[in-house]
Amino acid sequence: MFLYDFTQLTSSIHSSLVESFGEGALTTTIELAIAGVAYLIFFAVLGLFLVYLERKVCAFIQNRLGPMRVGPWGLLQTIADFIKLLMKELIYIKSADQFLFNVAPFIVITASFLAIGAIPFDKGLQVLDFDIGIFYVAAVSSLGVLGVLLAGWASNNKYSLIGAMRSGAQIVSYELSVGLSLMTIIVLAGTMQFSEIVAGQADLWFIFKGHIPAMIAFVIFLIAGTAETNRGPFDLAEAESELTAGFHTEYSGIKFALFFLAEYINMFIVASIATTVFLGGWMPLHIPGLEGFNHVMDFIPPVLWFFMKAFTVVFIMMWFKWTFPRLRIDQLLTLEWKYLLPLNLINIVLMAVVVLLGWHL
Amino acid sequence: MKVVVDYFKDIFGGIKTLITGMKVTGKYFVSPGEIVTQQYPENRETLQMFDRFKGEVIMPHNDKNEHKCTGCGICEMNCPNGSIEIISKWEIVDEKKKKAIDKHIYHLSMCTFCGLCVKTCPSKALAFGQEFEHSVFDRSQLTKILNKPNSVVTKDLKE
Repeated sequence: MFLYDFTQLTSSIHSSLVESFGEGALTTTIELAIAGVAYLIFFAVLGLFLVYLERKVCAFIQNRLGPMRVGPWGLLQTIADFIKLLMKELIYIKSADQFLFNVAPFIVITASFLAIGAIPFDKGLQVLDFDIGIFYVAAVSSLGVLGVLLAGWASNNKYSLIGAMRSGAQIVSYELSVGLSLMTIIVLAGTMQFSEIVAGQADLWFIFKGHIPAMIAFVIFLIAGTAETNRGPFDLAEAESELTAGFHTEYSGIKFALFFLAEYINMFIVASIATTVFLGGWMPLHIPGLEGFNHVMDFIPPVLWFFMKAFTVVFIMMWFKWTFPRLRIDQLLTLEWKYLLPLNLINIVLMAVVVLLGWHL
Repeated sequence: MKVVVDYFKDIFGGIKTLITGMKVTGKYFVSPGEIVTQQYPENRETLQMFDRFKGEVIMPHNDKNEHKCTGCGICEMNCPNGSIEIISKWEIVDEKKKKAIDKHIYHLSMCTFCGLCVKTCPSKALAFGQEFEHSVFDRSQLTKILNKPNSVVTKDLKE
């Protein structure tokens, strides 16, 4: 049925490694190294592309052209920016807590590395396939806030600290909404394992299968996910017009680049979770009853399906950022505690009723 | 009950305004209309600066090489950073000695484009030009004499 099955590729790599190195620690180490390098390259390419995409989307919304100089249509602009950031001086902050200051960007980037490992890009193209996949992703992606808090604290700077505290308040509240909206779909899917969630959407995506409660959950997840990645209109942690740059005011060079990269990767992770849980992951668009249509859709490779959906969600998040003004901290907390959370709780009960009575499609 | 109704009214009202905003930006994303970005060195030939752009101070001359400057020196007095120097001369018109402009020296390197000279000129002899490519290799090239050689004051200053 599927044209590209990565299980064959990965198992052939595995068997050839076993042949030459034997079953054991060495093979596992090599496999881990291969996966790590692959993810590193993926991170770099993805981060550079997302920054480029953001600048272009922002430019088109504002009647501008965006980067046009470096490479055709400015495609190499972000690579040039990255090289510049690599070569910039790392400014030594005298009164900063050196250890925490240096370790903070790595916590942020590690959290996003941990989270992206569980995302299935295609059948078999997934590093970790836990049976508690969603729980795991929700857990590790909220580790990133530790890095943000540490960065703000260790910088020994008022702006940084205010930014970090805002970020803490924000993530502690919005983590609830993210978790509950995912839980709504878990009620429908009956599993937390990513591969099975995707397999469960072979005939119809969950957003259509669970109709009204699933759509409410999707909207809530998009809002809360945007908030969790500290992106506009929820970018109070950075808020360049009030706090210079918030928690990363004191960072320069490659340490700043790590924060910057993590922000964009986190956006992609939220988009991938939304894709996997609501929009069928790498499953092509299937409509029950239309055999011919389903067959045509199968010809588009699943990886492409995944990235098409993920980038659509990313685009929607960028659209949010360049449309809405930033919320104040009290408005932010009002939105979560007075609106999203009660709606979410009602919604999860609604979904349970729908599933129990078999009203889903 | 009213509280509950208001609560949901709030939510739907909020969603409606958000969608209105996203419609506007979405429309611009799909059909941006006029792109405001100027790709400068490439479009050098066709680039049109707008009328109110303050590129440099100029003294417009008509086709008979006449300008309107009487050499009164009000622009020199009004210039906050001394970028204008007026050197006047005595001319004999109708057997009467009359003060006239010899050199209107303008230091572009010191000018902040505040526009006080143009605003205060009683005979409207000065104006802003749209030229903006001012980079030169030697600072002395930025000192300009605004009245052209052999130019005279126009006869009909009143117009």
